[in-house]
Amino acid sequence: MGVLTRNLDLFVHHFANTLKLFAVSGIASLLLGIFLAMLRVSPVPVFRGVGTLYVTVVRNTPLTLVFVFFVFAYPYLEIIKFEFFTAAVVALTLYTSAFVCEVVRSGINTVPIGQAEASRALGLTFTQMLGSIVLPQALRSVVPPMVSTFIALLKNTTVAAGFSVREAGAIRDALSELGEDTLTGMLWVAGIFVLLVMPLTYLQRVLEKRWSVAR
Amino acid sequence: MSSTVLFDVPGPRARIRYRAYAVVGIAAIAAFLGYVVWRFVDTGQFEGRKWSWFEYKQIQISLFEALGRTLSAFAVGAVLALLFGAVFAAARLSDHKWVSTPAAVVVELFRAIPLVIMMFFFYYGLPSTGIKLTAFTAVVLSLMLYNGSVLAEVFRAGINSLPKGQSEAAYALGMRKTQVMVLVLLPQALRAMLPTIISQLVVLLKDTALGFLITFEELLYWGRQIGGQLQFGRPLIPTMIVVASIYIGLCLLLTWFANYLEKRNRRNKKVIHLDEDKAKQIQLGEASTAAPAGGAAL
Repeated sequence: MGVLTRNLDLFVHHFANTLKLFAVSGIASLLLGIFLAMLRVSPVPVFRGVGTLYVTVVRNTPLTLVFVFFVFAYPYLEIIKFEFFTAAVVALTLYTSAFVCEVVRSGINTVPIGQAEASRALGLTFTQMLGSIVLPQALRSVVPPMVSTFIALLKNTTVAAGFSVREAGAIRDALSELGEDTLTGMLWVAGIFVLLVMPLTYLQRVLEKRWSVAR
Repeated sequence: MSSTVLFDVPGPRARIRYRAYAVVGIAAIAAFLGYVVWRFVDTGQFEGRKWSWFEYKQIQISLFEALGRTLSAFAVGAVLALLFGAVFAAARLSDHKWVSTPAAVVVELFRAIPLVIMMFFFYYGLPSTGIKLTAFTAVVLSLMLYNGSVLAEVFRAGINSLPKGQSEAAYALGMRKTQVMVLVLLPQALRAMLPTIISQLVVLLKDTALGFLITFEELLYWGRQIGGQLQFGRPLIPTMIVVASIYIGLCLLLTWFANYLEKRNRRNKKVIHLDEDKAKQIQLGEASTAAPAGGAAL
């Protein structure tokens, strides 16, 4: 308990950064992921190809490599300089959006074609069909796995600790500089992460249970 | 061309419109790629000097050694994770509360703790108690605990989604609990869940790169080291391209294997097809996103 109470400021500061990283890259990867999903379901083959290529490459690349690229290798290309935090956001966003894209796409694919055909037969426009037929049904199968993706993102923010971002993973470093007991400190970090992830897992289970019946 | 959920088969006007989009799209992509290539050329990434490290035997050997360490961490981690998963899935399915509850707690706990924190714990935290682990052991242990917990859930989901008739029939034949599990349920569940299990192994392979953070000298670490060498003009971008292609190649190979198995399963009549809804949930939550319920997308 001592390690936590003595360094409460440090813990709060680092976890606040973790949450900031999570929120910013979460929103960004949601937007980019939905855009990629749009590419992947579009009727234009070129767009589909680009979407598929992006998802295949990114999903099979380790996140750490994406980080190394944006923090150490990217500056050699002399484009725009990133701060460490921005580089972490970019890396997390590019990585997570590939998973978001797959969740959205498979969600749209769970809607039977007959639904769309029926709505077209009724004379609904594309936006009407999307808004009142396809998306409400797709959302049911999108949200639970989307929560999983975000849980993964929350945990993935710790990778940034290795790349000079002062977030929860970096608490160990800060504690050992202060000469504190890092072992206990890290048990606290792990415990706090469990506390952060639990509500999300719970939410996911509830949604899954409630929505799987209705389908 | 068949219609998809969102788009009908295009008529003549729509076809022209799509073609126009395609032209615009190709132009945009070409512009982006052109810009990237220009940045690469402008900063001299394609110069012979930056790639000359490839000619040194010493460096070639060190590349294979690094790749070997990545693969051995993957192999050991995968075997341990599968064992851990099997044991904890069995424990969680047990009828005895005093077995299933602790197993559930362990599985849920290790799925919620980030792998990086576990690695730091084993590598930097434990030495203060007098237990010193090598970076390799720390990586393998963390991979086992995390992916093992995820796999435990995969196994459990597989067994739970088998048709009830299977275990009922087995009990009716007079089999004991262990026999039902080992002879009837497990072989079928394993077979049905094989694609999911393999996509989890892809995650495990990618996770070995986290060893970079605790100075485990694997492939990524090698790339960073060679990439920092001044005598080749700091070829970090060339080495990262090489390392990334190796990782992507290995993962694609595994993914392709998973797809092959899935296809073979679909043809095979011996495989029991899982209860649609549950299987779909597992697929949605795990296989298709490679991010299981606890969130594994590392």
